[in-house]
Formats: sequence, structure tokens, C-alpha cells
Amino acid sequence: MITKFTSDHEWVRLEGDVAIVGITSYAAEQLGDVVYVELPAIGKAVTQGGDMAVVESAKAASDVYAPISGEIVAVNDDLTGNPQLVNDGAEAQGWFCKIKPSNPADLDALMSAQEYQAFLEGKS
Amino acid sequence: MLNDELKKLPLDAVHRASGAKFGAFAGYDMPILYPEGLMAEHGWTRSQAGLFDVSHMGPCFLTLKDAALTGDAAHAAIAAAMERLVPSDIAGLKPGQMRYSVLLNAEGGALDDLMIARPAAPERQGMLYLVVNAGCKDQDWALIEAALGDVATLTRADDRALLALQGPAAEAALEPLLPGVAAMAFMELKLIETARFGRTLVTRSGYTGEDGYEILVHPEHAGAFAAALTADARVKWIGLGARDSLRLEAGLCLYGHDLDPTISPIEADLSWIIQKRRRTAADFPGASRILEELKAGPKRKRVGIRPKDRAPAREGVEIHAGGRRIGVVTSGGFGPSVGAPISMGYVEPAFATPGTTIELLVRGQPRAAEIVSLPFAPHRYKRSAS
Repeated sequence: MITKFTSDHEWVRLEGDVAIVGITSYAAEQLGDVVYVELPAIGKAVTQGGDMAVVESAKAASDVYAPISGEIVAVNDDLTGNPQLVNDGAEAQGWFCKIKPSNPADLDALMSAQEYQAFLEGKS
Repeated sequence: MLNDELKKLPLDAVHRASGAKFGAFAGYDMPILYPEGLMAEHGWTRSQAGLFDVSHMGPCFLTLKDAALTGDAAHAAIAAAMERLVPSDIAGLKPGQMRYSVLLNAEGGALDDLMIARPAAPERQGMLYLVVNAGCKDQDWALIEAALGDVATLTRADDRALLALQGPAAEAALEPLLPGVAAMAFMELKLIETARFGRTLVTRSGYTGEDGYEILVHPEHAGAFAAALTADARVKWIGLGARDSLRLEAGLCLYGHDLDPTISPIEADLSWIIQKRRRTAADFPGASRILEELKAGPKRKRVGIRPKDRAPAREGVEIHAGGRRIGVVTSGGFGPSVGAPISMGYVEPAFATPGTTIELLVRGQPRAAEIVSLPFAPHRYKRSAS
């Protein structure tokens, strides 16, 4: 299973025919303490690069964009009661939702782990 | 604004060495966050003692030009001048007493909120110590000089360091460094001179709802003073981020957000800053509007708001009831000590009663919320000295 990354700091990992998505550890660290995650409704159609969720830290609200197009088929309900999971494990238990991809080729446009790392280093 | 155009705090290097994340605020490069993060910093201030560098703010002194006046007569003269711009009873300040007030425009709107203190020492009467907001200080000082320049001289003191030590351990941590602070009461001012830290001007006040102090230190002593404070295990640096969540929980206004030139002190629920003598005299800017609002009630009122779910409602969120807009959120976020989102805003008075159910339009979605009384976290000021 390969994880891909966006320049907006989302990650996406294809597991079977469903993609699991969230924000990167780097994004979570930049946000600081996460206090609320607004997740999309199940069944909602999302477009690559379009609005998908909102993550609120103690400091500010930030939009989270869909890394690929498709339909929301599951959301991480644990985040409702425990948004801190995003800080504890942004790329694991802090996942946001699952998308049934409408265009698997969307993934090809995204960065590999190495490319994302290089992208982060280029920012600093 | 580019980072190199930002003004640096006197203790900039200390904050960088402490691992702070910086951000621009009011033209200054300010420590926003330290490595432990906002929640931990907030909690530390409520349980121990948080040290805040607020040297960006605008401390200054007003001094009477007429040196022939001394004692109470000198205070009466400088107070009368200050009262041209504020609705509070400055003449009635006792030696060593401080009051919170607002600078008013001719329409009774708030140009800034500020602290005004009368020195305690007999030889320093005819002087006032003011602290205004960082983002307003240049305008405020120009306004004060224009309005009072005939009788008073303004001396800015924002080249010094202004440090706030806040929290239940503040007294115990500060007393060994500046003997005498433990005996001070809330809103008291004291000049304390020590061999180690020179002349420091201390007030028992703050912006967190906790007991604590704000200390004005000359820049040559600021580093040693901060180092002595942070050598105490109960004291940690706290950034501007937690300063905001702490003041929001304390129900205190942030100028430019909860107060602006259109908002009167009555609308802001600050009628307590206008003492009886000033109401009777009706001699402050915008008195006709303000006294009318005191009598008939304001058109809008500042309130506390508790969202019923977990989504924070931040500044600009519309407040609705009965299918129409009845107000707007002016400050909002997450209250770490409350453990839930909290907001302040302005609503029509008919909806300002605690317990009233309203709707917050967060990202277009109506969310249930309730009007609550302020503060969200109880104030723990030291009303009488130990």
C-alpha cells in the first residue's frame, strides 16, 4: 500500500478499492492542538482539490481539501469526541475519511513520500 | 509586512532560545507559541505561573507641566486633564490605585481600552501611568498629546520590557525578586527599586483572569529579571496564543475585535467603568449617547456564548434567532479550561439574557448555542492584600 501526499498536506492511501485520507504529521504539528474536526457527510461527492473537511486548532480553522475525487463512504467518528487523535497520529488513528475514488488516476498526480519530504525541505 | 520590518522585543533572543514560534502582531515579531503548545501553556498559567512578554504594548507616563502644584492638587490637575478623554473617575483614584477605562471619541465609541494608575509616592503626584494597546499606541499617544498637551507631557516607556506574570504561583515566584509585591492588592501600583533589577513599576493586574502582576523593567535589567523568574520551576514562558484563550475565558475584551470605535462602553457591558461622579457631570466625550444608553438600554450588548456542539464559532460568525440575524461573534475559539468552544459577541438586547437559545452560522450551517454570563472561567483576582 502506497501513501501519496498533496502540496496542501493531505495524505491518501489506497486500501483495496477505497482510499483512506487525512492530514500529514507535518500539518498536524503546524496546526498545534486540534480541537475540532468537521467531517463530510457520508455519500457526499468530493472533487480533487475541493473542500472536504475543516480542522480547527486552538489557534485557527483550516480547510482540508480532497486529495482525490470520489464519494465519501466512511468518516472517522472517533475524531468527534477526541480530535486530539489528529495530533497523536495524523497519518494513522487520526485519519479523516474514506473515499471511493471516481478516477484512480487522480493518485498519479500526487507526491510520493520522498517527494513530499523534499517538498517540505524546500519550504524551510 | 516582511519579517525584517517588524519591531523586535527587548528579549527577542531569549524567546528564540526558548524555542518559540513567532508571528507578526501589531508591528512586532511576537512569540506566539512555545514548544509545549497552547493547551499546555494555558493550563500552566491557570495552575502555576505563566510569564508573558507584552513589551509590544504602550506603557507611558503623563506628567503635569505645572511643577508648582504638588500632592492632591497636582493629582487633581492631571486627573482633570485625563478625564477629558475617558469616562472613569480618575480624580477619585487613591495613591497607588489603577483603573481600567476606555478612550472615547465624540460619539462615545471606544478608541482603545487602557489602564490608568496614580503613583503612590507623594513626590510623584501630578503623574499618571498609562498602558494602552500595542496596535493603537501611536494614535492614542497623538490623541492624548493633542487633547492634554496644554497641561501635561507624555513620555513613552515602550523601550522598556513589560512582563506579565500570571497564575496562582505568581505571588510566591515574584516576592523573592521584588519584595513587597505580596502585600499588593488587585489593581494596585507600586514602584519597587532593587539592586538587581533597578527601578521596576509593578501593578497587580493582568489579562488572564488569574491573580498576577505586570512589571515594567528597564531594558538593561530585563534579561536578568526574566532569567531569575524562569529559574523558578513554577514559571514558564507563555505565548500570545494562550494569552488570547486565557483572556477569552476571562471574558475580557480584545481591542479591534470586541471593542471598536463604533462600540460604546455600555454596549460592551463596561458600564462599571463609569463612576457616579462622571455620570452626574456628563462631561466626557459622547456623554449624551452613553447616558441615554445607560437609561434606555443599548441597541446591542456584548454577551458570552456557548456552542452546544464542539465546533468553535470564531470572529465574524453570524448570530441568528427567529430566522433572522441578531448579532455577530467578535471573539471565539476553544476554551482549554472550559473544555469546550466559547465565544463572545454582540446581540440585540432582547436576546442577551443568559439561557437564551440562539443559532451560530458556522460555515453556513446553523448550530445551536446558548447565551451565558461572563466570564467563562471565574476570575481569581486578589481583591484584598495578604
